[in-house]
Amino acid sequence: MNSKTESRAPVSQQALRVQQPFDSSQIGAMVTIEINEKKMQVPLGTTILEACAQNQVQIPTLCHHKDLCTAGVCRICVVEVDSMKTLQAACAFPITQQIKIKTSTEKVRKARRHIIDLLLSEHYGECYTCVRNKNCELRSLASEYGVDGFTFGHPEKRKHDIDKSSFSVMRDMDKCVLCRRCVRTCIDLQEVGVLEAVGRGDQTHITTFMGKPLSEVICINCGQCVNRCPTGALYTNDPSDDIWRAIDDKKKHVVIQTAPSPRAAICEEFGMAAGTSLTGELNTALRRIGFDRVFDTNFAADLTIMEEGTELLNRLKSVVVDKDTSVKLPQFTSCSPGWVKFIEHFYPEYLDHLSTAKSPQQMFGAVTKTFYAQEYNINPEDIVTVAVMPCSAKKFECNRPEMDSSGFKDVDYGLTTRELAKMIKEGGIFLPEMPKSGFDDPFGEASGAGLIFGATGGVMEAALRTAYELVTGREVPFEKLRIEACRGFEGIKQASVKLKNCVPDYTFLEGVDLKFIVAHGTANARQVMEMLKAGELNDVHFIEIMACPGGCLGGGGQPIPTSPEIRKKRAEAIYAEDESMTIRKSHENPRIKYIYEKFLTDGPCGHKSHKLLHTHYTKRGNFIV
Amino acid sequence: METMQIEKTSRKGIVLFSEYVAGSAIRKAVKIGREEVLFELRDSKLKGRGGAGFPTSTKWMITAAASAPKKYIVCNADEGEPGTFKDRVLMMEHPEIVFDGMVIAGYTIGAKTGILYLRGEYYYMLEFLENHLSGMREKNLLGKNIIAKEGFDFDIQIRLGSGAYVCGEETALIESLEGHRGEPRNRPPYPVNTGFMGCPTVVNNVETLASVPHIIMKSGKWFSEYGTDKSTGSKLFSVSGDCENPGVYELPWGMTITEVLDIVGAKNTKAVQVGGASGICLSHAQFNRKLSYEDASTGGSIIVFNESRDILHILQNFMEFFVEESCGQCTPCRIGNVKLLEGVKKLRNGNYTFAEIRNLRELGQTMQVASKCGLGQSSPNAFLSILDNFSAEVFQYTSSDKHNGVNNE
Repeated sequence: MNSKTESRAPVSQQALRVQQPFDSSQIGAMVTIEINEKKMQVPLGTTILEACAQNQVQIPTLCHHKDLCTAGVCRICVVEVDSMKTLQAACAFPITQQIKIKTSTEKVRKARRHIIDLLLSEHYGECYTCVRNKNCELRSLASEYGVDGFTFGHPEKRKHDIDKSSFSVMRDMDKCVLCRRCVRTCIDLQEVGVLEAVGRGDQTHITTFMGKPLSEVICINCGQCVNRCPTGALYTNDPSDDIWRAIDDKKKHVVIQTAPSPRAAICEEFGMAAGTSLTGELNTALRRIGFDRVFDTNFAADLTIMEEGTELLNRLKSVVVDKDTSVKLPQFTSCSPGWVKFIEHFYPEYLDHLSTAKSPQQMFGAVTKTFYAQEYNINPEDIVTVAVMPCSAKKFECNRPEMDSSGFKDVDYGLTTRELAKMIKEGGIFLPEMPKSGFDDPFGEASGAGLIFGATGGVMEAALRTAYELVTGREVPFEKLRIEACRGFEGIKQASVKLKNCVPDYTFLEGVDLKFIVAHGTANARQVMEMLKAGELNDVHFIEIMACPGGCLGGGGQPIPTSPEIRKKRAEAIYAEDESMTIRKSHENPRIKYIYEKFLTDGPCGHKSHKLLHTHYTKRGNFIV
Repeated sequence: METMQIEKTSRKGIVLFSEYVAGSAIRKAVKIGREEVLFELRDSKLKGRGGAGFPTSTKWMITAAASAPKKYIVCNADEGEPGTFKDRVLMMEHPEIVFDGMVIAGYTIGAKTGILYLRGEYYYMLEFLENHLSGMREKNLLGKNIIAKEGFDFDIQIRLGSGAYVCGEETALIESLEGHRGEPRNRPPYPVNTGFMGCPTVVNNVETLASVPHIIMKSGKWFSEYGTDKSTGSKLFSVSGDCENPGVYELPWGMTITEVLDIVGAKNTKAVQVGGASGICLSHAQFNRKLSYEDASTGGSIIVFNESRDILHILQNFMEFFVEESCGQCTPCRIGNVKLLEGVKKLRNGNYTFAEIRNLRELGQTMQVASKCGLGQSSPNAFLSILDNFSAEVFQYTSSDKHNGVNNE
């Protein structure tokens, strides 16, 4: 197992890190400090903020985020340090000597209140109608730190138009507080670099290249900036009004598919702690608010495994047996629309490596408006397909012009976890109290393999469970089918499985060490691509990449806030649900067998599935189309 | 490029404008060795001339003690403080002491590269300075094995700024040198530990470095005999405004404002802005204050205003400067200066309440302690000092019914 987890911040952002002249963890040094007259010991280099958190002292933060490098720009976290004349930003101050810290003196309280007052004086806070109403960090700070009026005024008029150009992400710069979390997310965490601070002094603002609308720059729609925005300045394009209209329209047959990650996270929108899957409750709620059918995206995930796994075996055969040099290995997964757009923009010359299989969402739409319509005798024109996804890029994906292989727009609406929670609340339902119910036929049965697509490494694990068995005739040799090498939040994971005693069809793979890589977050994806470019991955066969940190469960449509701990909880919920399933392997899903028998009769990667379940990509490079 | 006629005036002064033979201090520094250079510097009690007043010897010692494969010495010639033009004079008239100072610094701390960060507006000096560097290379005062000392390699590059005031702040300057947006970094870590390209870096003002060769030649003790106990040596003052003889003056630290006003021929002086836009504005009653780090501190700028000037107009000018020149990174400075400017405008048209002004005064105090860098920390100085020292004039536009019972000193 090989991993590269060192800092990947580009040079322009490294300066904002808390740097130290040397690596203190090597010497394990401890420093004695005093926080509010209480003595304690902390490891050398701990920030004041960390030290306070470890000792139950609350420090307000705004620009600070656990996933991002230090900025120290909002100044809300200032504290008094005895040896310094000025107040120090707790988030950016590494403790390297014995200091005495005071966190709530008059000077500190005044400064914090001033800072909030100043931010409010520039923040167009239409709180009643704001998408972040009751979940806004600025609003919480104002209520927690004693702001009782607009000391320095409050804007009454908009200065900027909302950028609604993108299918996925909306930008309302009147609500921006210039914390630069989005900038650090885009540049540092995701290494896309669409957003940047421009201008000086009071002209400073966050913008795109040449101030273009978001749809005209190389945004990959991952929505990670949305997840980290403390206010309502960034939010996703909400289609719920259109969906309500479709539900209200008696002629329309509205079906909804739910992905595993929203099911594992939607509890957070209803005040529950992270880490409880509400799959059954959600099914009931969706029916009650008027959806005609509730399907399981995991069925399509199983379908994806069949198609993508077969594609991989075909590619292996072409390379190993036919020595076909036009066929490219390693094969990359293509389930993550953020990743797909990333590779289209940044590595268009490697698009041949990308699996042609559509994402589960799009496969679902395509079979719903064909197979399902046929089987149940419904006019596909009247079917409205909604996909509940943890993802903002799915909104862009379903609007791709090529996604119409059913003859109609395959998926009509991509709905995020947050937006669905809002719909459920509007429907007068308290989700955690719903009775449980199952999914509807014919796409109501799914395997645990499809379920774990939600976590980074899940697609790989699911694919291995199926591919290994197809090739060798035996189950993957791991206890309870847990392929631990695929699990966990390490940035880039590499591992291999030896294929021995292959069944007759696959003897050409006898003795092959099937090498695979799992990466999540496009910063890690970039690193993998650079390794590929440098020729370091010539012996690797299969690479799973998810655009978002943690995989889909950390997607741009998931409940806010996000943090490594929250994502860990969501992953635990997903893996626990997998183990509770009776079917754990995609190829064992009876519904999958049924669709290949009845509909996709020429098998995985056959002619029909190529038409419906596979797609092609666009070499975008620096261009939008 | 336009050719410039350089007219050398022969200024006389006690330290910086005293006799010096180019290259002599480099030879002496190498002869006495690194430690002695640091000891002389310590004895001189030389402090940073950019305005912050950090002991130069400490800065050099930390960097000299750091074990790093690469170190840098950066000369901060981003002279951007309104009313400061002494570095320009030093570089145009005595480039030899500035560059010799850099070479000595390089030798002492173990840096192989020196960088002169030249203010964008000083582009016209570039050719002149590059020519001077070429001359030094010819004389083996730069390059490999300087003055035939084995292993003493050092060279100087000149980089141009792009006109941002904040790039005079040392960490913003380093960001700018690295090719980024000029924004101050979090401190700690300080540049002496983690500076240019992550390497230990000394950033010194032009005048600080120019003092070094004289200290080496004439000893730290000699230098420390000028000035006051805590502000040793001399200082270049850039005097401008309402006086008969504006210009650059080398004077020992510790002179009173009245004495300086006499020297420059200022009459009917109402106010003196000490330290540029980020400095403080003194009224007649404080003209007995001493120019020194411990009293009225300045990086060199002294702006004289006579009775005909409108103090609020002056203040508005300063605040407009900060609203534009804040880097826009931290909240107190980015928005705080806007609010102070709004307050000044209200004061000018009499449309304010005392409660508002009291809020702004407290805001100014917050900005002084909560801003990320020296820019934001010093930007309210003019506002606060003018409110304190010129209250009668500041509040002249109000009618007595606006007092609201709030006491205004």
